[in-house]
This record gives sequence, structure tokens and C-alpha cells, in this order.
Amino acid sequence: MNPPVLALSNLSAVSDHDRAILRDVSLEVARGETCGLVGESGAGKSTVAKAILGILPRTVRVTGGEVKFEGADLLKIKAGPLRRLIGERIALIPQDPMTALNPARRIEAQMTDGPRLWRGLDKTAARALALRLLDEVHIRDPDRVLSSFPYELSGGMRQRVLIAAAFALEPRLIVADEPTTALDVTVQKQILRLIRNMQSAHGTSVVFVTHDLGVVAQICDHVTLLFAGRVIEAGSTSQLLDRPAHPYTRALLDACPRYDRPNAGLRPIPESVIADLYAELGQSGATP
Amino acid sequence: MSNDLLIARDLEVAFGAGASLFGRAKSPVKVLHGVTIQIGRGETVGIVGESGSGKTTLGRALLRLIDVASGTIQFDGLDITRLPEAAMRPIRRRMQLIFQDPMASLNPRHTIRRIVLEPMLFHHVAANEADAEERARKIFARFSLPSACLDRYPHELSGGQRQRVGIARVALLAPDFVLADEIVSGLDVSTQAQVLNLLKGLSRDLGLSMAFISHDLSVVRAVCDRVYVLHSGRIVEEGQCDHVFAAPKDAYTRALLDAIPLPRIDPDWLGATTRTESVGQLDGAK
Repeated sequence: MNPPVLALSNLSAVSDHDRAILRDVSLEVARGETCGLVGESGAGKSTVAKAILGILPRTVRVTGGEVKFEGADLLKIKAGPLRRLIGERIALIPQDPMTALNPARRIEAQMTDGPRLWRGLDKTAARALALRLLDEVHIRDPDRVLSSFPYELSGGMRQRVLIAAAFALEPRLIVADEPTTALDVTVQKQILRLIRNMQSAHGTSVVFVTHDLGVVAQICDHVTLLFAGRVIEAGSTSQLLDRPAHPYTRALLDACPRYDRPNAGLRPIPESVIADLYAELGQSGATP
Repeated sequence: MSNDLLIARDLEVAFGAGASLFGRAKSPVKVLHGVTIQIGRGETVGIVGESGSGKTTLGRALLRLIDVASGTIQFDGLDITRLPEAAMRPIRRRMQLIFQDPMASLNPRHTIRRIVLEPMLFHHVAANEADAEERARKIFARFSLPSACLDRYPHELSGGQRQRVGIARVALLAPDFVLADEIVSGLDVSTQAQVLNLLKGLSRDLGLSMAFISHDLSVVRAVCDRVYVLHSGRIVEEGQCDHVFAAPKDAYTRALLDAIPLPRIDPDWLGATTRTESVGQLDGAK
């Protein structure tokens, strides 16, 4: 079997007040696979994403574990080479297409930065690449989009531009951080389809951060559910959704309203489930 | 007397009327095109649609927060469409609004006590400050909000607590009609479930009429009796939730429902992409 593209093992981190924010987080993503990283706010999913991208804030200190990307532990690489490695081979699709683009620069400048910097393409070649990518994400008038400023594009268009930019360097891994949360459902569906199709065409692995179990069901091969920085349950998507083993996973599914089951959903997570979770965390010796 | 508390007929709202800075006449953009809705006593009605569909504008028009170009709004048998502000004031207490983002709607410089007590004193719901405080403590207990919250500032509370304060503030005025505009869109599902259950209990106990604006059809299904689907400022479908969700008649309603990812694996949901579909009109691509 191929070695995984990304393998986190026992990653632990604390905040500047020595509060545990990640506790022994392990997960693996194989080539071409999509791994869902799920949890409620404060679960640590964004922290894991930032650890993979090498952009943990200074206030977060890694206390143990490994982030192995194509066999190399990213935590052991010096800042300069690390930037090069991540810049070239790992890309981010950010949450908010409104703020992720620089409002004062045209799309062309923002899309060609990466290829010019990391691939040494000249202006003409980088522009040609950008045009090809915009075409690939089904933007009808790529010339006009390239000369536009972000404010001239709709939210869905901006997210397409960001997806195109993420694939510009043929990354091995893409971290998608809640990429559809800010979008209308009909646009969300188009964007999810686009990410999936781009990913299968390019053989890219994806870590998909989301709080939406519905999105997980449609796009992820397997899922890791976090609570308070700890992996609560991990497994194939069907296993997690159809046969959840942990009471918290079941409670989370029961809290989701579903238009197809009006009488299911809206059940708040029982306090006993949360209390048990914190008790488990306490037993493992971590500070709750 | 009609069984409906709030009746809006043929509402038209336009923005941007009047001359521009340089004197050229600007053509106003019509945001609502002849919208008619009724909200019965004790009924919770959903208003759904995507961004730009006009759902927030409709809500604001119902509360007389913006003026309508034409149409009528009746509240409890009284035509309030053009009622002067002074005459509106006693009605204002009876129609309240819960905001989408409590962090933005609760004054960050005021304590929760001031935020909750002030409307009661302004509307003379409470006789004095001690009475208002007593009422606030009662409802806080019911909402599982520690009374110590009263001395805190909004930023010191969690998102779910802030939203419960927003609801408590409204409930304390004993309104007849409440407009809830995307009140759970920023919350985790577990917090969302708490807040919505609270709201359902409240509307049942107080016999509230409610307009529940949301882009999330699953939430609307869980909370509302009836639903209006808004698309580009027009109502394209309305009916009992049971009927609309089970057998949507309008193509747009169907598209909205089909676009909701459910937490069950459905290999056909994303399907195969086609170029025409992915540059569909729904994207609003300029």
C-alpha cells in the first residue's frame, strides 16, 4: 500500500496559558482521498489545519507528536525550507472568499504570485496558466475575471477563483477550511462538486474542515470527529454516520435538523454526554 | 376580527429612489414585487430564500422599519402602513425583532442588565427597576442563564448565551409578534438545538405569532407551521410545511431542497458535473 500523503500522529499542542488545545490527534490521508475534519467550535479543527499549513499562531506551542507530509516531519523542518515545501505542495482553500483575496489587487496578480514565485514562470506563462485554471473551474469569461478586482465578483465566483488558485501549483494536499460556509446552498453544491471533480482530475488529497455533517456525507471518504482537541471517533464516512460508536457522535447527529425527518433532530446534546467527555479527558491526564 | 394577526398585501419595496449626487434621476431597484403574506395568531411562519431574495427586506417592511412603495400592512386589525411614528410607538412593543448576530446587536459597552432592563422601563412593562430586575431574573432562570450574567458585558458570554439574552430581552416585553431573522445561522448544531427549543417553548406558552427568516430549510422544517419561499422578491410557493417539504410544486423550491446536503451518504447527490450546470444562473455570476 502507498504511504499516506499526510500522517498526523499524537499531535498535542497547548495555548500560551498551558491549556491543552490538541490532545494526541492522529489521522492519515492517502493519495486522492478526502478526509473530513469535523467538530463544533473550539474542537480544534482549525488548529489542526493550521498545524498542517505551518501557520500556527505564536501563542500555540506544539508539545508532542508528528505532522508527516510525504514522509517528512514538518515540525522538524526549519522555517525557510518549510515555507518552500508547504508553499509548493500544500494549498489552502479558505473559508471566507470575501476576506481571503486582497481587495486592492486584481485577480491576475493574486493568481500568478504562486506560479511566478515557486515555478519561476514569467508573466505571460503565469497568465496562461491562470486562464487555463479559470476555465477548469467553469468561469465563462476568464479574461475579464483576471482583470477584475475581488469586489466585482460574486461570492461563488470568488470561491471559484480561490479553488483555481489552490490548484495552480498541482499541490499534493489541499486544506479546505469550511470553504462553503459563507455560500448559499445552491452555490455550495456547485462548489462542492467542483472541488470533488478538480480533486479527482488532479489526484489531490484533501483535508476538508467543516462543522456540517451533511457536507461530510457527500464529499468525504473518511472522517475524524474532534471534541476539545481530542479525536472522539474516526472512521469511514458511512461507519461514522450510519453506525456511530461514540455517544457524542450519536448526539451530534441527533441535534442536526433535517427537512426530510421533521420529528428527528433538534435534540440538544445531553449534558451527561458532555460531562462524560470531560471526565474521559481528565482521566487521560490532560488539563480539561 | 380576522384570525390573522399580521396581514401584508401586495407589498412593493424599492431602494435607491431619488436623484443621485449629480442630479441625474436614478431608477430605483425593486426588491419586493407584490408580496402577500398572512401570519395567524400563535402561528410560526417560515420565510426562506437565498441571499438577495428579499427575505430580510420583507421582515423589515412588516415591522415598519422601512417604508413600502405600495401595498398594505395590517396588524391586529389596524392598518399600520402609513401610521406616523408617534402612533406606531405603542404598537412597537407588540412587534419585536430578534437579530441574527447578538454580538452586533447587543451594545458592547452596556452590561447585560442594562440591555435587558432598559426596554422594559422604556415600554412601561415593568413598574420600576426592581420590578424589571425581578422579571429578568425569572426569565434568566428559565433560559438556564446564570443571574451573574446580568453584570457581564456581551463579549464575556458565549454565542449561545448571547442569543438567549437576545431572546430574553424580547420575551420580557410580552410581544404578540416576533420576527426572528437568521437567529441561529452562526451557532453550532447543539447550541442551535437549545436556542430553537427555547423559542418553540416560548411561542407556545405566550401564544406568540412568529416570522422565522432563514436560509436553512431544515431549521425551518423543524420550527415552522407554514412556509413562504421567496425568490428574487416574489413568493414562488407557500403552504403547510408538511406539504411544501414533502411535495414542492415550484421548481425553485425543489432546487433549494435538492441543494441541502443531508447527513446520509448519497452517491447521486453531487452527480456528474456538466459545464452548463456549474455556471448556472443561480450563481449570480456577474
